[in-house]
Amino acid sequence: MAVNSFREDEQVKSQGKWKVIVRLFSYLKNHIKGVIGVLLCMGVTVAISLVNPLLIESAIDDYIGVGNMDGLLKLGIFAMVLNIIYIIMVKVRMYVMSLISNQILLKVRQELYEHIQKLSFAFFDSRPTGKILARIIGDVNSLKDVLSNAVTTLIPDFVTLVGVLVIMFLKDWRLSLAALCTIPLMMVALFTIQSFSHKRWHDYRKKSSNLNAFVHEDIAGIRVVQSLCASEETKETFDELTEEHKDSFINACRIADMFGPAIDFCWGFSAMMLYLVGVKYIGFPEISVGLLVAFGTYINMFWNPIMNLSNFYNQLVTNISAAERIFDILDTEPDIADESNAIELPDIEGAVSFEHVSFTYDEGTEAETKVLEDVSFSVKPGETIALVGPTGAGKTTIVNLISRFYDIQKGTILIDGYDLKEVSLHSLRKQMGVMTQDNFIFQGTIRENIMYGKLDATEEEMIAAAKAVNAHDFIMKMEKGYDTELRERGAGISIGQRQLIAFARTMISMPKILILDEATSSIDTHTERMVQEGIAALLKGRTSFVIAHRLSTIQNADRIFVVSDNGIIESGTPAELMEKRGAYYRLYMAQVV
Amino acid sequence: MKKLHIYVLKHWPFYLLALISMFIAIGLDMLYPQITKVIVNEVFVSGDMNRLPMLLAAIVVCGVGRAIFGYIKEFTFDRNGATIGTEMRRDIFSHVQGLSIDYFDQTNTGELMARVKDDVDKIWNVLGFVGMLVIEVVVHVASVLYCMFHLNWKLTFVPIAFMIASAAVAIIMEKKLDKVYEDISEENAILTTVAEENLAGVRTVKAFAREKFEIEKFLSHNKRYYELNMQQSKTLVRYYPFFQFVGTMLPVVCTILGGFSVLKQEMDIGSLVAYVEYSRNCTWPMQMLGWLANDVSSALASKKKIDKIVKQQANLTESEKPVILDEVKGEITFEHVSFSVDEKEILEDISFTVPQGKTLGIMGATGSGKSTIVNLMQRFFDPVEGEVRLDGVNIKDLSFQQVRGSNAVVMQDVFLFSDTIAENIKMGKRQAMSLEEIQKASAFAQAKNFIEELEHSYETVIGERGVGLSGGQKQRISIARAISKECPILVMDDSTSALDMETEREIQKELEQLKGTTKIIIAHRISAVRHADEIIYLENGRIAERGTHEELLEKKGLYYDTYVVQYGEVSVWQ
Repeated sequence: MAVNSFREDEQVKSQGKWKVIVRLFSYLKNHIKGVIGVLLCMGVTVAISLVNPLLIESAIDDYIGVGNMDGLLKLGIFAMVLNIIYIIMVKVRMYVMSLISNQILLKVRQELYEHIQKLSFAFFDSRPTGKILARIIGDVNSLKDVLSNAVTTLIPDFVTLVGVLVIMFLKDWRLSLAALCTIPLMMVALFTIQSFSHKRWHDYRKKSSNLNAFVHEDIAGIRVVQSLCASEETKETFDELTEEHKDSFINACRIADMFGPAIDFCWGFSAMMLYLVGVKYIGFPEISVGLLVAFGTYINMFWNPIMNLSNFYNQLVTNISAAERIFDILDTEPDIADESNAIELPDIEGAVSFEHVSFTYDEGTEAETKVLEDVSFSVKPGETIALVGPTGAGKTTIVNLISRFYDIQKGTILIDGYDLKEVSLHSLRKQMGVMTQDNFIFQGTIRENIMYGKLDATEEEMIAAAKAVNAHDFIMKMEKGYDTELRERGAGISIGQRQLIAFARTMISMPKILILDEATSSIDTHTERMVQEGIAALLKGRTSFVIAHRLSTIQNADRIFVVSDNGIIESGTPAELMEKRGAYYRLYMAQVV
Repeated sequence: MKKLHIYVLKHWPFYLLALISMFIAIGLDMLYPQITKVIVNEVFVSGDMNRLPMLLAAIVVCGVGRAIFGYIKEFTFDRNGATIGTEMRRDIFSHVQGLSIDYFDQTNTGELMARVKDDVDKIWNVLGFVGMLVIEVVVHVASVLYCMFHLNWKLTFVPIAFMIASAAVAIIMEKKLDKVYEDISEENAILTTVAEENLAGVRTVKAFAREKFEIEKFLSHNKRYYELNMQQSKTLVRYYPFFQFVGTMLPVVCTILGGFSVLKQEMDIGSLVAYVEYSRNCTWPMQMLGWLANDVSSALASKKKIDKIVKQQANLTESEKPVILDEVKGEITFEHVSFSVDEKEILEDISFTVPQGKTLGIMGATGSGKSTIVNLMQRFFDPVEGEVRLDGVNIKDLSFQQVRGSNAVVMQDVFLFSDTIAENIKMGKRQAMSLEEIQKASAFAQAKNFIEELEHSYETVIGERGVGLSGGQKQRISIARAISKECPILVMDDSTSALDMETEREIQKELEQLKGTTKIIIAHRISAVRHADEIIYLENGRIAERGTHEELLEKKGLYYDTYVVQYGEVSVWQ
């Protein structure tokens, strides 16, 4: 598995800019009524803003020129009314547009989040949390203005542009050609600038994501940093990353900021050409002074929307890479998903069997190493199996496969005779109780954390679960009992206590198959023994898999599997294995002597 | 962190450059109509073709000049925003990093991330592009007003009145938005936190098949975020059209009022036309004002949030004139140490001394205060009563560097960075560590074999928190990381719990070789502490039993009970 760190840029599949743009704007489709409403409002506002100059003209020519004071006053009132309509239209337009764009943002973010929930561990394992976060928060936020500007600037500017062009050509095609001769030049320039800046903006997003990942880790691991006196070093790393982040921004600006100047440049030549052709080659009397002056104005009217459009385009290019990164995740297919014809796993007894199972984490890469090869075993309902063996031999892998956290490459895993791949993930996992090595405690009360195992559990069930794992006493000693607020990751209570709460959370779900992956490693021996008695009573007759290193934990198992690099090398009851004097015996004696 | 203007002033030459470029660009803008006027009046109408090439060249120069200076202006502003934003971010980061552990226990990672990232971005914007526009608007308006004033000073009061009204509305809007933006920035942090927790706890979420629940949880915050953003939009909708209105009305009102004064013969019609033309030039800056006020307001809200963090002082401060020990021998003493959090006793009257090179074993029930002893040793917290001493000196009188630099702690909760294994092991001593030393430390931690079997060996990138490695492998890397520091004191806080017995024993053998190093070993397994010179057994924050392995067994107390549970049946076999 290629793992991405905060030092490296992520690989984002290039999806073709236009495809991304089309896909982004297809979100507007669901709001078609609103968009039409916005366009209508804009029609009115554009019309009024075109009328305003006419009013001024008429005021000067028809009233001021002839000294009609009453008329001037009436005109003023008319203008006032017109502009009040204008202001209302602007309000409606803004409101509807922000409603649309905020709703789209809400939807995109939710879609993204929901999709991420479907993805399998391989996705989360291969990249830092901070980078995924950057996409959910930062990248989505940056789409906001693009959407609303697309509707509010793109269309009126485009209309103005076409309108001016038509007027110009109707008035005099020669002058028009002269004034517009730099357009091809401008097109080439803008195209070049944008294709370079697109790449650079993309780069900037990646650097920003690297920075995010590092900040996240540094804050999450602050104890390690302070304990190792590594603040100076992490600061150096941070400095490097911010420097790269800044440089990538400046780099992108270096190109992107040429947009406006390129247009200014072309505009200068256009103006020159206009006067050159108009004055020198056509000249008076074919062209009147008024026409020449009017053309000067038209050029301004022509370049303004181009400037706006290119600003918008620039913004689009800047933010399109954010959209690209969002779609990149949306397009990531979950490795592990329900088959289309997956069935609901009925209530199980708890028989588990592995048939010639082979598994590797990095299938198809050069580094491919088999973690499990041709492993077979079967476990009867109600059995307790202890998995022992050196670290890294694959004990956790075996239990992870039972919950189908990863898919195997060869062989079959059956639960009560059902092939894991043929049942729905939800119906499988809800019958499993898994306690992993990292017990994640959520922010919230102890009650909420325990109830996480069974959302509709009653108070009695919760207390029973807490009592079973011997957590009730310490919880009641806390000032607010079950309503004690736990902070992020359970800061403030000891790791052993966190383990007990996580344990209660697993117990409350009354799993059919219980998997304890070093679930009691941070709990003292006395408590552990009470926990064992408690869960034995609670889960009588259910299958369980226990990974542990403490002999006291292992000895109560019905059977022990000794797992080594070569798979399961020994299995049998504790007494059988002791007699055999094999691998288990050696492990055993190591702790005793 | 410094005040905002200090950051800005530090870069004054660049701002000056940007401003000069801006003035030149605006000047060229104003020059252009003059040139065209000459072309029309003197070349076109009077037919003086000789002047044409010069004038045409002037137009091109005008365009090119605008392009060049416009570029310098824009780029310099962007660069300044980025540079200052980055400087601020660094300062915030190093400030945050220096805060004490209890602050991090109480503050969410997601929130701190939002401050360091999103909030700085807002300020970055205002110091760059947005700032540029603000200045441009001001300069533009001022120069137009100047020209209008020359035409007719009385009528200049019309645009001034409009501008005062706009400014007033901008200020009111800014105030209203300020509150909303503060909420948005807060919710942004919450949203980040919710997503962050979900991603970090993904294994738990999946194990319980709780994806739906998590989606609902996120949806509620996502909706709240949406609502706040709509609130922001509504505020904007309430005020913003005013700027549009003022912008479009200004020329009309100017025409009409100007018209009256023409009718009263106070002004000629030509001046009126020019006057109206100028007022048109005020339209865009006024319309822009709304957006700018919006952006500035959002940045100010972010600034406030950042300031709050910056004001946060580290609860623990280093002694101003720390005692410097030339050489730390590694004798650690707890003298009548008590510690409590929120009036809840965690440790009470703990005393022990571990002489240099000796080993102290600590056992005790879950929550009995074992890890707190480690935290006090590193001075993550200060004891409420009593003293912790290093080589006889109260650690409060030493520098953090010396206290923490003398303790190498293997924490119970293994945290590895998503970086190469080598970088993880080197951490804390990055400059000065050779590959040999890394290998040596790895061999000590029994990690050498599995690391070297990996495709990229020490250069293998491991996932965040060491995903991809087994619990035992992670623990071994974190042991290697601590060992490689060669500190006088080694603390192992339940750090072999995920190791199989054989590996644990190998590590113990290595530990015994470290004769000069003081060792503190916290464990649940008897096998981990039995060889210690002294073992203390904690119960409810007090030392319930103490002595060597043999002494404690004879006592037949808590330690003995634990022994029986762990080895009871073994004795029968033996």
